Amino acid sequence: MTDQPDRAASVVRISGVDKEFSAGGRVVTTALSGIDLDIRRGEFVSLIGPSGCGKSTLLRLIGDLIAPTAGSVEVNGKPAHAARLGREYGMVFQAPVLFEWRSVEDNVKLPLELLGMARSERETRARQMLDLVELGEFRGHHPHQLSGGMQQRVAIARALALQPAILLMDEPFGALDEMTRERMNSEVLRIWQQTGTTIVFVTHSIPEAVFLSTRVVVMSPRPGRITRVVDVPLGQPRNDDTREEPRYFQVVTEVREALRAGGGLGGESTGASDDRLAAEGRVG
Amino acid sequence: MQLSPERGWLRRLLTFVAFVALVLVVWEGLKFVGGDPWRGDGWEWHPPLEIWFASDLLLPHIWDIWGALADPVQRGSEQSLAQFLVGAAFYTWREAAIGFVLGAIIGIALAALFVHSRLLERALVPYVIASQTIPIVALAPMIVFAFGPSVVSVVIIATYLTFFPVTISMIRGLRAPDPRALELMRSYAASRWSVFWKVRMPASLPYLFTALKISATASIVGAIVGEGPGGIPDGLGRAIVNFNTQYISGPEKLWAAILASAILGIAFFALIRLGEALTLRGRGLDAGTA
Repeated sequence: MTDQPDRAASVVRISGVDKEFSAGGRVVTTALSGIDLDIRRGEFVSLIGPSGCGKSTLLRLIGDLIAPTAGSVEVNGKPAHAARLGREYGMVFQAPVLFEWRSVEDNVKLPLELLGMARSERETRARQMLDLVELGEFRGHHPHQLSGGMQQRVAIARALALQPAILLMDEPFGALDEMTRERMNSEVLRIWQQTGTTIVFVTHSIPEAVFLSTRVVVMSPRPGRITRVVDVPLGQPRNDDTREEPRYFQVVTEVREALRAGGGLGGESTGASDDRLAAEGRVG
Repeated sequence: MQLSPERGWLRRLLTFVAFVALVLVVWEGLKFVGGDPWRGDGWEWHPPLEIWFASDLLLPHIWDIWGALADPVQRGSEQSLAQFLVGAAFYTWREAAIGFVLGAIIGIALAALFVHSRLLERALVPYVIASQTIPIVALAPMIVFAFGPSVVSVVIIATYLTFFPVTISMIRGLRAPDPRALELMRSYAASRWSVFWKVRMPASLPYLFTALKISATASIVGAIVGEGPGGIPDGLGRAIVNFNTQYISGPEKLWAAILASAILGIAFFALIRLGEALTLRGRGLDAGTA
């Protein structure tokens, strides 16, 4: 299914990765087993699977927040650890994780401060990023004065502030209502097209994965494996009409069947609304 | 519930005033029904009941305490009791404040150490806790013996009572950040130093202020208790000891000194509360009342 990309264009190269969690010297969980995955520059890849399939674990491995038990993770041609020290990542979590003692603008400036960027440059960059997520006029506000969707957009602006090679998003819209989520999906696509950043996106929602991605990586639970990689042959730019195209439904069905074949769906789930329930009710 | 901040303050002030008025009414009410006879110009009132603690010795009239404040502190003295108490309160507050600042710094430093080293935490926290089980009245003479009868000893005693709440609260506070906030900082390859100053410390401030409010009053108690064995003649501690010995002849003086100590504690507490409100504004936390 996946044609081998050439090495230079590969942003993420995962080969033979296992991840076990141990407690007291004993392996408690095998979270991931035999993971191979290449992600090309500029791709939008979603990781989808049921709770406990290790998709968040895989995302954390890419970001060097945890280390693999076996195998290797390379980002931009170097070990993930070196990429992290080189500040090549942007992270967005399910919760915005904004610092309540900082204004919106100062939250976006945080990574720039850590980089040691000059004050005036920080100012310019933070404003650019807030304009990108269309929150320019809220830069003086404090996080608690914004809605959940707006807070998540600030988190995206912060993640993009360092102009990272890769943006890692862990169920970023899982806590938002359906309408806000769809709007945020369009927003993220626009940002992706404007910046050309490679995005790896963890989600519970099949429609969300299909709408956003160039490829959907389908995972099965315990131990987490990649059961299938589904290409999404939908054109760009995508908009609300995309959600009504027959091809969109075909890919949604394809992903659902891949999940079911991998034991990801218990067979009871037949509609998009069920996936929403799954996304709301569980934590990856 | 949704009062504007100004109205919230007004309501709190009115509640406070109403409560003080209630205490005064109950105080004099008890004396009216069960205290010693009231004597005025050409009138007398003999309370029908006898309540032992409502006597003039145990529970002087409010106006007698008030009157004592205006009287000279000693026979033939230029200074009124009120002037003397204000001076003594400031003197004691200075000792307490120095101890408070030192205790807060020590408490924060210890907590920072413990949060970064589980080994040190396990090794030392039991001693930190044990230190607080020793009664201050037992410890104060030892400290005075070690450091001499001086302000230094009093400050050390105030420090000793301050650092503990700060340490315990700050261990909690420095661990308060969302684990994802720490992951975020890790994804930015932030140093421990940056994580401490940009995440842990700001996240701990609500915990710090809770501890500081406890410590503010504790440091004053420490200073007052320490002034006795410390041989400091200028503070509230010695005043309380002296007025204790004169209680039979003038209970109003001791009551006035107690009142001064209470007002000092409340004022120090309110000062920290103000600092808290200024520091934490904008965070969108519910404004605390204490």
